[in-house]
Amino acid sequence: MLKQDQAADIFSRIKKQSNADEVECLFYGGRSALTRFANNTIHQNVAEENYGVSVRTVFGGRTARATTNKFDEQSLKDVVKASEDLARVQEPDPDLLPVPDAAEGGRATQEIPSRHFAVTAALTPDQRAEAVGKIVSIAQRHKLTTAGIFSSAEGVEGLFNSRGLSNWHTQTSAEVSITMLAPDSSGWQKANSPNVANLDPKALAEIAAKKAVESASPREIAPGKYTVILEPAAVLDMTGFAFFDFGGLAILDQRSFLNNRIGPRLFGENISIRDDVAHPLQSGPSFDGEGVRRQKVQLVENGVVKRVVYARATAEKMRKSEYAGKVGPIEPTGHGFPIPNEMGEGPMNIVFESPRDPKTVDQMVSSTERGILVTRLWYIREVDPYEKILTGMTRDGTFLVENGKIVCGVLNFRFNQSLIEMLSKVEQMSTPVRTSGEESFDMVVPAMKVRDFNFTEVTKF
Amino acid sequence: MKELASWALDTATQRGATYADVRVVDERGRALATKNGKIGNASDSRSQGFNVRLMVDGAWGFASSADLGRASVDATAVQAVAIAKASAKVKQKDVKLVPEKAVTAEWTTPHKIDPFSISIEQSLSLLQKIDAELRSVKGVTLAETNMNFRREELWFFSSEGANIHQTKFTTGAGYVAYSFAGSEIQKRSYPNSFGGQWQNKGYELIDELKLLENARRIGEEAVALHSAEQCPEGAFDIILESSQLGLQIHESVGHPIELDRVLGMEANFAGTSFLTLEKLRTLKYGSELVNVVADARQEHGPGLGTFAFDDEGVPAQCTPIISNGLFTGYLSSRETAALIGLERSGGTLRAESWNRLPIIRMTNISILPGEKPLSFEQLISSTDHGILFQTNRSWSIDDKRYNFQFGTEIGWEIKNGKRARMLKNPSYSGITTEFWNSMDAICSRDEWTLWGTPNCGKGQPQQVMGTGHGAAPARFRKVKVGSAYKGT
Repeated sequence: MLKQDQAADIFSRIKKQSNADEVECLFYGGRSALTRFANNTIHQNVAEENYGVSVRTVFGGRTARATTNKFDEQSLKDVVKASEDLARVQEPDPDLLPVPDAAEGGRATQEIPSRHFAVTAALTPDQRAEAVGKIVSIAQRHKLTTAGIFSSAEGVEGLFNSRGLSNWHTQTSAEVSITMLAPDSSGWQKANSPNVANLDPKALAEIAAKKAVESASPREIAPGKYTVILEPAAVLDMTGFAFFDFGGLAILDQRSFLNNRIGPRLFGENISIRDDVAHPLQSGPSFDGEGVRRQKVQLVENGVVKRVVYARATAEKMRKSEYAGKVGPIEPTGHGFPIPNEMGEGPMNIVFESPRDPKTVDQMVSSTERGILVTRLWYIREVDPYEKILTGMTRDGTFLVENGKIVCGVLNFRFNQSLIEMLSKVEQMSTPVRTSGEESFDMVVPAMKVRDFNFTEVTKF
Repeated sequence: MKELASWALDTATQRGATYADVRVVDERGRALATKNGKIGNASDSRSQGFNVRLMVDGAWGFASSADLGRASVDATAVQAVAIAKASAKVKQKDVKLVPEKAVTAEWTTPHKIDPFSISIEQSLSLLQKIDAELRSVKGVTLAETNMNFRREELWFFSSEGANIHQTKFTTGAGYVAYSFAGSEIQKRSYPNSFGGQWQNKGYELIDELKLLENARRIGEEAVALHSAEQCPEGAFDIILESSQLGLQIHESVGHPIELDRVLGMEANFAGTSFLTLEKLRTLKYGSELVNVVADARQEHGPGLGTFAFDDEGVPAQCTPIISNGLFTGYLSSRETAALIGLERSGGTLRAESWNRLPIIRMTNISILPGEKPLSFEQLISSTDHGILFQTNRSWSIDDKRYNFQFGTEIGWEIKNGKRARMLKNPSYSGITTEFWNSMDAICSRDEWTLWGTPNCGKGQPQQVMGTGHGAAPARFRKVKVGSAYKGT
């Protein structure tokens, strides 16, 4: 693994090569491995090790970035020159801020728990194969076919700049995703954690298998508006589409669904959401793309959007804009992306707050007269950016619920659903859990029971 | 590079590999972008590394590293062997590959102008002019432009004796104008959405695209959409202009014909396919007018799926996918070809970079133009009542590739053979085979464009790949329109 002192040495060699007013280096990389299985066989099994440095140079309001994964003298000389060549030819941008110094980078207002676990870093191909073997055994016991992954990684992220700011983060991660396939049905589960000891592949396999078995011989149900019980992965993949709009630059660019909607109640009173890098179920570094410490930010409180997150430059711009006074507190929150970029910032450590009276998915089912239980959603895309209408499909375990019981599997639906409306019609929620899906970054989200969810079509399986 | 490969191949075979290959990749990229008159992105990237893919005990192992030194190469080959041995613990049968003649070859993307030879000022100046032109339209609230270049040098060596060196150039450019007013965000893009047009070409593509010449019209259309009527709901005859038809092909033909999906290898992420094996040469995929090929050869054009050899050393080929409406072919690799009894791989295995395992990817999946002369204007004039869909805005399809829904940035009502009123928020949906069987007209060669999709995601860990899609405007009868907004 690349160490912090090695990175500091590379940074000092880069600084010597540069004539720029300011230099900032982002370091990234690590070791990762992924064991992939399908048809009850490990069919792909890969590993990589790679580290890179991304060099940003600044010349009086002009900045650019160049990246390399080679650290020899010539490669460092080349990457500095590439960055400088791109920066020098630009028109100066009066809004470009100097890189932050250590004081502006800020101190951690809360300690984040260690996210590096030796047991995860040390995971071997044989250990992953052994776990996959057990998943396959469960599939075979249920007369199913299984496909999925078991991965592990150890990574670094670091930032050094010429005003003395430096940050370093190491983390491990492990992930298991399992699909169980029957002739006309399927089930799915996925989990990840910095600590592989928190994952239970056998338990996930059993749940996925149960879903595949119980959704066999699916019935066709007419599309329409239904009460739905969305398991956490489905909630994650839907709501994930909201959060890139919770940045100050999205408001200034007038590309956010929150334009003119900060302040009045937008969602149901039971919806409160914060960004909180220090939450014990969260992951990632405590600093942003400029090295500024991430703050805890209450984004939504009792259905009201209270504020958005800011990179340093966006906060400056917002204070001078027509929106100042209409968007809540304006200050750098440590959520900026590496500069230059077009998106500005975004909250990346989303935590839904626990409801006052959490319900389990089973309790949601038992309180439902007629509805649809959804394991997972798929291929979600934005149909309307301001009303936040999203389309997508259900997948891998969709069930009809009648009179408080799961009755049968159903053919998968297409939905066209406004996310704003969905979060206004949440009747019940579970305790939030760390959740991993395919359309969004990992978040801490609950399962939700939602009324009037809009299914518009049904597919053939 | 040959010496590096020999170290890895020797280590692999000495440790029990029955097959091994080595890929070395050196790639350089440049991304330039503006946003509302300022630099949105100015970045270069360089990445170099290698991988060893090998088979031990009938199972695959793969390891990669950025360190090209002798010790690293040997250690990476040893690691790949250990991984393959772990794979062999969970298998139902040994992997088999169809034979392929090992060749020594050299190939470079035909290009007139190396995009990295063009001054950064020249490229930024053009983007700034476009950006200014878009913003000169009253009501445009956000203007974004982009230009991207890539040079990828690849070496492939195998234990069977292959020695292939390819250099690929990719160029892409486009822009988008947004207009926010009232409770709507509308946008228009050119030449296509989500990054514009991309081809395996040099900088000459930039001149061919006529970017600046179209900027004002695009800005004006973005603003005009606010005053347009909402696209109606119902069954309509529809015409898809060629970039939208290109994406329709990508999603509802390109992905379901991937043999790894068909065989369940992608079931956990990308999904499977409705094109199960018994449908080959029996399924009526589309109408008689539907002829689709998977063509990676240079003569097909400068698509993002054009190359001389795929990433396991198989020459570029043209595979008929749909022939006069009949489903006739899959995208295959040496492993998947063996699984279904094909004699040879279709040559479609590609990897995003040196640190990714090659998997089946679309090459250029193109619908052939109509044989009878038919211009776009003639297609419009032969349509009594319908809707023209232009430039994709949203796309979604189920995990077997049956049910799809697409939205486009702009629509036009066609009445009595003429383009009539503008329509906003147009969408259409359907079932793949029903849709393709409803195609009753397609324009001829003069209207055919080879579009590039630079952002196709697949695999675990996920890989992004560029694919090509040639298409001409085409008409489909009685398609479901407008359900994206139904009930919302």
